[in-house]
Amino acid sequence: MPTQSPGRFGAYGGRFVPETLVHALDELEAAFNAAWDDPGFRRELDDLLRDVVGRPTPLTETPRLSAETGLTVSVKREDLAHTGSHKINNALGQCLLARRMGKVRIIAETGAGQHGVATATACAMLGLPCEVYMGEEDCARQQLNLFRMKLLGAQVHPVGSGTKTLKDALNEALRDWVSSVRTTHYVIGSVAGPHPYPTLVRELQRVVGDEARGQYLDRHGRLPDAAVACVGGGSNAIGLFTAFLGDTSVELVGVEAAGLGLASGRHAATLVAGSPGVLHGAHSYLLQDEHGQVLATHSVSAGLDYPGVGPEHAQLKDSGRVRYIAATDEEALDAFQRVSELEGLIPAFESAHAFAAVFRGGLFAKGARVLVNMSGRGDKDMDVAARLLHF
Amino acid sequence: MKTRGERALILFVTAGDPSLEELPGIIGALAEGGADVVEVGIPFSDPIADGPTIQASSQRALDRGVTPPGILQTLGAVKADVPLVAMGYLNPMLRLGLGKSAQELKAAGVSGVIVSDLIPEEAGPWQEAARPEGLATIFLAAPTSTDARLVRVAEASSGFVYAVSRTGVTGDARGPEEALLLVDRLRSLTDLPICVGFGVSEPQHVRSVAEFADGVVIGSALVTLLAEKWHGGAGREQIVAQVQAWKAATLG
Repeated sequence: MPTQSPGRFGAYGGRFVPETLVHALDELEAAFNAAWDDPGFRRELDDLLRDVVGRPTPLTETPRLSAETGLTVSVKREDLAHTGSHKINNALGQCLLARRMGKVRIIAETGAGQHGVATATACAMLGLPCEVYMGEEDCARQQLNLFRMKLLGAQVHPVGSGTKTLKDALNEALRDWVSSVRTTHYVIGSVAGPHPYPTLVRELQRVVGDEARGQYLDRHGRLPDAAVACVGGGSNAIGLFTAFLGDTSVELVGVEAAGLGLASGRHAATLVAGSPGVLHGAHSYLLQDEHGQVLATHSVSAGLDYPGVGPEHAQLKDSGRVRYIAATDEEALDAFQRVSELEGLIPAFESAHAFAAVFRGGLFAKGARVLVNMSGRGDKDMDVAARLLHF
Repeated sequence: MKTRGERALILFVTAGDPSLEELPGIIGALAEGGADVVEVGIPFSDPIADGPTIQASSQRALDRGVTPPGILQTLGAVKADVPLVAMGYLNPMLRLGLGKSAQELKAAGVSGVIVSDLIPEEAGPWQEAARPEGLATIFLAAPTSTDARLVRVAEASSGFVYAVSRTGVTGDARGPEEALLLVDRLRSLTDLPICVGFGVSEPQHVRSVAEFADGVVIGSALVTLLAEKWHGGAGREQIVAQVQAWKAATLG
């Protein structure tokens, strides 16, 4: 759909929103561009990323996992970022931006709760009131993060409409923003949504790949053969991939959630099994029925349980630069357990989907050097894991 | 649309809530009560511009299995006594194909289209499809729109401009102050008729909006009334009476 709108990724992206929000999106774009060019803003963000978030996060080698898989697997440790995932990189940047714009209230949506916790944390640091929308189903299965948000002083609104998951939390956050846009900044947690969010969030998350690429080169004297990340909305994947887009020797693999299997219809593999359409302000791929109604999704991972995906991923799929595959709940749980036992690393269910790729025979050549983004830690998933693994 | 000087009463009903079979009868009742335009809501699974009333109504319609082809077929079989405008979200139209959507809307007797998540900058492909069919596209103007944006909205709109009465979603009532300011700004920028909607429900709201706008849109209040009172047509008289009360309020 070629249009006059900025923020396109090939045929994808754009702004498909109620008119009420357009001026705020224009303001946000201008404020972000100005801040990004302002050395003072960049310095403040970089200092906080170092001193609070703990960046750079380590690159960890995995001898036992590598021996088991016949690959050389290195892991980018976003699980060690403050609050337990990569989400803080974006949340902190956006909250600093919101303060600079004079916004006095912050809202966010969250699926697994990691983005909600990250946003609540940034708001606590900056003294901004924070309200988070979270699907009722996700409140139940990610209760630890619900408690963390409350402890951090955020108000959590459980969302009972639709499928009661991330999609509906986004709907409700957008409705709040339509009503509160003059005073409120909406911290979208992924590279999804209307322009400028997909670009803004990418720029705030690209630190993951920029660091990992440098660390890998320093240690190995070469680039990896492949880089792998899970894809829900796609922020950790874009964060990792952006640094490697020009490195044609590096295969990029995004792993979506195949849930109970693609054939079951109960999955969240938007790029693998979806088609182009418009949801949540952007033209991208989505899971929809023949009449354009958005389908209910399923994944064991609340963070991947989403029928849309960021528009840049849609372009990267069509161009063939990134290969998108999907891992089932069963594969992800198996990877969750094996990575824990082999390396003492407990990944989030989301990140376990990325690890599932290294256990899948034939995906990579024997001995291939694979960089996996461990986007978050699995503490939040212990209740569900204990039940599913019969502990 | 009415000529300037008269106030139009524009009523929104969700296609498929009450059931789709009852839609022709409902449109007839609204026309009898004095509706000047009926907006037929095409339900979407993720209506981000709508408040709880229309969200729930859309969901009820979808739960009944209502689809865009079914809606268009139903409308096509009606001899409506009142102009029909389709209102919905972009994705179902994209899925059907913009060209096919425009042709089928026209064939179903629809004269205009409002797409809640389509702004002028993104509307080129749709307008290319709508123009040959003679379909009007009505864009929304918001209190948060800058003057430059209002000009763009007015230039892109045909039929009328839909002024969103407040910074919010549908069904959320507040005073008309934001709407009055917005209509004043639009008046200086366009000659198109300006209709005000979002949060208009009581006759006194209608009366106060009719003092400065060319038309008044009532959505959530009617959707609630139909859900509670229609009862397969048994409550038709009550609906007609309420529409008459709204219409009377537009006359001052």
